[in-house]
Amino acid sequence: MPSTITEKILARAAGRDEVSAGEIVTCKVDLAMANDVTAPSAADAFRRMGVPDVWDKHKIALVASHFVPAKDIATAKLMTRMRQFANEYDIEHFFEVGRGGIEHILLPEEALTLPGQVVIGADSHSCTYGALGCFSTGVGSTDLGAVFATGEIWLKVPETMKIVYTGAPGEWVMGKDLILSVIGRIGDDGASYMAMEHTGEGIGHLSMDSRLTLTNMAIEAGAKSGIVPPDATTLDYVRTRQEIMGRPNDFEVFHSDEDAHFDKVIEVDLNTVEPMIAQPSLPSLSIPVSTVERRKVDQVFLGSCTNARIEDLRMAAHVLGDRSIAPTVRLTVIPATQRVWKQANEEGLLDLFASAGASVSTPTCGACLGAHMGVVGPGEVCVSTSNRNYVGRMGDPTAQVYLANPAVAMAAAVAGEIVHPDEITSAPAQAVLTGG
Amino acid sequence: MGKAFRYGDNVDTDVIIPARYLTTTDEKELAAHALEDLDPTFVERVKPGDIVVAGKNFGCGSSREHAPVAIKGAGVAGVVASSYARIFFRNAINTGLPIIECPEAVAAISDGDEVTIDAEAGVVRNETTGEEFKGEQLPDFVMDIVKAGGLVEWVRSKNT
Repeated sequence: MPSTITEKILARAAGRDEVSAGEIVTCKVDLAMANDVTAPSAADAFRRMGVPDVWDKHKIALVASHFVPAKDIATAKLMTRMRQFANEYDIEHFFEVGRGGIEHILLPEEALTLPGQVVIGADSHSCTYGALGCFSTGVGSTDLGAVFATGEIWLKVPETMKIVYTGAPGEWVMGKDLILSVIGRIGDDGASYMAMEHTGEGIGHLSMDSRLTLTNMAIEAGAKSGIVPPDATTLDYVRTRQEIMGRPNDFEVFHSDEDAHFDKVIEVDLNTVEPMIAQPSLPSLSIPVSTVERRKVDQVFLGSCTNARIEDLRMAAHVLGDRSIAPTVRLTVIPATQRVWKQANEEGLLDLFASAGASVSTPTCGACLGAHMGVVGPGEVCVSTSNRNYVGRMGDPTAQVYLANPAVAMAAAVAGEIVHPDEITSAPAQAVLTGG
Repeated sequence: MGKAFRYGDNVDTDVIIPARYLTTTDEKELAAHALEDLDPTFVERVKPGDIVVAGKNFGCGSSREHAPVAIKGAGVAGVVASSYARIFFRNAINTGLPIIECPEAVAAISDGDEVTIDAEAGVVRNETTGEEFKGEQLPDFVMDIVKAGGLVEWVRSKNT
């Protein structure tokens, strides 16, 4: 039977020849991930399940990312609970503060997420790993505790929404703009329970960094997963990471059959996509930044699992050049991982940001979820490179949050208001993109 | 029977339990802030047995299990919504918060109506108007987890 890439991966993991959308299957998990917010409850649930040991201490990743470095005593205790679990069960992949970063950028860097795998994470943005051609989805803590205990998870095989990209991205257009424009079209539940398969010749123009942004926000369309079928860019990235990390594990590459069933197919002509901005307070309220109402900005946040990779920081630095941050704006820059931080430092980007008047911090999810490191106050306007602008997400419920790519965010930081990056600089930007 | 607290579409987990309260996993502490950024008076008004009724995509956003735990901890007997975001759906099943998907019932329930639900049967009754609705049937596999009392008990039962 013709199958989608997602059906093929889930069939492999379920030990079946084939599976089809709609059926419930039990799959073997290749990697189970939790962070400092979700791991403590997952550990509690696991302990209550009455099994003596975790199913495989080499296939669990525990990452300190959300409230790190600990912002108060309560969050220090959460970290302690995660650390104790890691020690007690001798978890191989435990990433302490200062030795990791945000999980969704970190695990691909570590070559722990590979094409063809089933990855289950206790964090909704676990859909990010799909950029590598694996099935990955987010669950809650109890579900993850059950994976710790059994190595398996039940899943309803999702229908697939195929998104076909044609053409090539224009100036300032990154993965963020593609996904915002798709969510703007289909809505916040437009891909509910579905796999979003990003395909077409246009994908070939996208760097891995941009692809990871594309799959990262599948959840903001209600999707179960996002996936990019592996191509030369994927395989080059994965093999490079495997070599650097010394983790030459085998993996399997799958593609959808041409006559597979797709529940919905939409087309995106990259030549027509402009830099986008999601207005308060839903990602689906996305419009081209060229048409948005100009508005004074109090805070700009360049960070999160969505847009804090090296390409994102380079793009922001490109817009900034030798300019300064507007005196009325607070800019916070948080590289996603220790590796990204070090690379940005070596390239002089952190110094550039700091010299322009930005606060530059150690890797953490931080301001994205209103946790710490830049919580927004009542009535404030923030442009953020993160993924959610829901009411109260980044702080006070009366704050107004806009979502955009790093070029648009930096343009707002320099101008002091929401503007198109063209208004800041006309220096060609596509060359900044690592894949472009 | 309980009073319906009626909300709209896309009630996300950030308004159900804002991240500033994720510093704890304690049900009572979480319950004290349930739905705080959506309806600041909810916690003072809600009584044991009340029902949350909302539109489509309920529980969208973050995977935080703290969301169904906070709602349940506040004394809510169940949620009736037009549709659920999938992670919230799983989390509710796993932690024992009764949920029913039934857009017809949602359309016919007003804020303050008296409502009874039978989550296992998927039945919603608006006692104020006398109307009864049948929601989406849970898959057998999922119903097994509900009947076991949640995922922890379900896994336990498989291992003994």
